[in-house]
Amino acid sequence: MLRLHPFRYHRPTTVDEAVALLAQHGPDAMPIAGGTDLMPNMKHRLFTPGHVVSINGIDAMRGIGFVDGQGNEGNGSRPGRWLRIGALVTLAKVARHPTVRRRFPALADAAGLVAGPQLRNMGTIGGNVCLDTRCTYYNQTEFWRRALGCCLKKDGDTCHVTKVGKKCVAAHSADTPPNLVALGAKLVLVGPSGSRQIDAADFFVTDGIWNTRRAPNELLTELLLPVPPDSDPTRRSAYRKLRQRKSIDFPLLSVAVAGDFDENGTLERIVGVVSALGARPRVLTGWNEMAAGKRLETGLVERLAERAWEQCRPLENMIVEAEWRRAMVRVYVKRALEGLTRA
Amino acid sequence: MQVVRLRVNGDERACGVPAHYTLLETLRYGLGLTGSKQGCDKGDCGACTVILDGRAVLSCLTLAREAEGRELRTVEGLAIGTEPHPVQDQFDLAGAAQCGFCTPGILCSSVALLERNPSPSREEVRAALAGNLCRCTGYEKIYDAVEAAARKMGQ
Repeated sequence: MLRLHPFRYHRPTTVDEAVALLAQHGPDAMPIAGGTDLMPNMKHRLFTPGHVVSINGIDAMRGIGFVDGQGNEGNGSRPGRWLRIGALVTLAKVARHPTVRRRFPALADAAGLVAGPQLRNMGTIGGNVCLDTRCTYYNQTEFWRRALGCCLKKDGDTCHVTKVGKKCVAAHSADTPPNLVALGAKLVLVGPSGSRQIDAADFFVTDGIWNTRRAPNELLTELLLPVPPDSDPTRRSAYRKLRQRKSIDFPLLSVAVAGDFDENGTLERIVGVVSALGARPRVLTGWNEMAAGKRLETGLVERLAERAWEQCRPLENMIVEAEWRRAMVRVYVKRALEGLTRA
Repeated sequence: MQVVRLRVNGDERACGVPAHYTLLETLRYGLGLTGSKQGCDKGDCGACTVILDGRAVLSCLTLAREAEGRELRTVEGLAIGTEPHPVQDQFDLAGAAQCGFCTPGILCSSVALLERNPSPSREEVRAALAGNLCRCTGYEKIYDAVEAAARKMGQ
């Protein structure tokens, strides 16, 4: 039995009300949507906010639909056509939504691979983007953590993974963000000073303690995915996830890829993102130089996988061997790239 | 303390619980509905699965207040009048329960599946039950029972 700590429950019905509540109570308030991340974390006493602000009554944060570029919104223009996904849309809905399936199959697959069916019925895509990082020494009960003297991320001053480091290496463990990065998505955040947009690629930072640029008093309200024109080039995407069981588990390694192909099957542009190893999704470097202007054939797939492997050095922050996870980088990058050619 | 009003298995129920009570704690300790089981209590095992607005969710990770104004069904409400639900009947006939601790959650996941998809494939049954752990490892009979129930309900 894991009891929650006492707190006050708030249920605003607009973004403005929610942001005002978060501002009013400062660090003593946290937003909750599906609760699939925050609830177990509160049960483990990783967070003990005095005020829990439920955002489930905010209808403006629901829905999936196309929006046209609106010129100057937030801090940048966004010409073209975008698919808007409200942050409160459940992962189950993202996984089966026909437009997401057709336009962004990797994102739909990723949403459908999160945890198990009940958790996807509850968990939201906004919550998945803002998921707390995970580590063997962090996601434990308070009793367990205290027995070991706690860790850098919560209540302690030692990292039990690196033993010596003063930087938290808890792993970014969400399935949808690597795809949002690969697909060039933007995120809309609303805080006390208004609304701002940030590229998904710039949203995450290399700090396991707090790995996003979302301020604690900001709400992620919606996601915007650039919709490629129907004409060439064709954008394809794929996602592969390593875990011990086919359900429930968080990723031990995840690979998202997206490529623009011309009518002859020649790559114009390719993006690869690896995650679940460190605190942020890692955009692989050197891929475009190797792949642009070429067809995605076996030799190129092998070279891209090798290039990915060189850039990934997992630590023992999960309860499996780091060397195995590293060896699987080659395998999963290949599988993801093969998914592109089949798409 | 606050009053939480729930529509459980068609009944309007109200009970006083603290704001930090989960839906599972409210069902079990506030309303005496102990069919939903408290297993891992952190979203891994599925023993606390209930049906909220037609979808299987985990009551251990849902705050009681989040279920207000919604249609909630628990294992206690699956029977149709005095007859067991066809899924319950087939679980009995197939021997799909051993120790029985995971059964209420699996029944709820199964009923939620069949209400959306009356004739699921084996693969769809497996996928729908992938969030419910059975440590007696009796999955094959469970899948058989769900498929048999689908056939019965389709007749």
